[in-house]
Amino acid sequence: MKDSLTIHHKDTLELNPDLSIPDPHQDTYSKTILGFWMYLMTDCLVFASLFCTYAILHRETFGGPSSRELFDLTTAFIETMILLFSSVTCGFGMLAALKDEKRKVLFWLAISFLLGASFIFIELREFSEFVHAGHDWTKSAFLSAFFALVGTHGLHVSFGLLWLAVMMGQIHYAGITVDTFRRLSVFSLFWHFLDLIWIFIFTFVYLMGVI
Amino acid sequence: MNSDLSLKEIKKEWHGTYKSYLIGFSLSLILTCISFSLVVGDLLSGQNLVYTVLGLAILQAIVQLLLFLHVGQEAKPRWETIIFCFTVMVLLIVVVGSLWIMNDLEQRMMTGMNREQVAHD
Repeated sequence: MKDSLTIHHKDTLELNPDLSIPDPHQDTYSKTILGFWMYLMTDCLVFASLFCTYAILHRETFGGPSSRELFDLTTAFIETMILLFSSVTCGFGMLAALKDEKRKVLFWLAISFLLGASFIFIELREFSEFVHAGHDWTKSAFLSAFFALVGTHGLHVSFGLLWLAVMMGQIHYAGITVDTFRRLSVFSLFWHFLDLIWIFIFTFVYLMGVI
Repeated sequence: MNSDLSLKEIKKEWHGTYKSYLIGFSLSLILTCISFSLVVGDLLSGQNLVYTVLGLAILQAIVQLLLFLHVGQEAKPRWETIIFCFTVMVLLIVVVGSLWIMNDLEQRMMTGMNREQVAHD
């Protein structure tokens, strides 16, 4: 059973595999990637409903500040750049892992971590400026929707940072093995996905908010 | 049932290369800079600006999906791509449907906040 499945799996790397045989994605790697991809897609729906809420409520300022008065585009642009750079350095880490270069992997992951942490730092500073100016999430429907959407993304990035730190520890001690490589590829999917979500936050919340 | 592959076999499943990451990165960079400068520089106005920025965001999403998340590049049968397409469908129903309903409600209920008139209707 085991051998035949492995062979079938290799067959699917061909352009036209024999599809009459049972589903070949039976190994741990394919199953993990598939399962994680399903999680990412459901997460996509979470963000979609938060985007909807924001789109519906962003004009309901209840006498508070509007998005045009509140947002600083330069900060949002810097955040976008930081996250994009973090995404691509994480990709370089994956490529180094393909070549079994442990030190390079740790180097690129450390850069991703630092960029992600500075993103969170800038975002938290922005949030605290809003709150100190009296524009917290209790002031209006617009601000509630804003903090819910951007805060959920920030929470994802924070948990990603925690995951990244653990991954760096595992790679430092265990090296590039079947398990760490699998976890690393799953992590890189997560990190690229968060970058993608941020592109939409930057466009719909910040850019459209100022237009 | 658990047939595990070796590290070497697993690595064949990864699709990214330096080239794809660099192309994806520079395209994203250019697209972000264009939409940022369009908004800051007031180069277009009103609806045109909104649609252009929207288009640029969708273009960048496609670039990142193909070059960073490798959608549609896994071995057949492409379960991940099928799940992705289904998600896009559900997402469009949720987003377009909600916005449609809420806009309709707003037009019917909230115009001028004249509740008496609404009640007489």
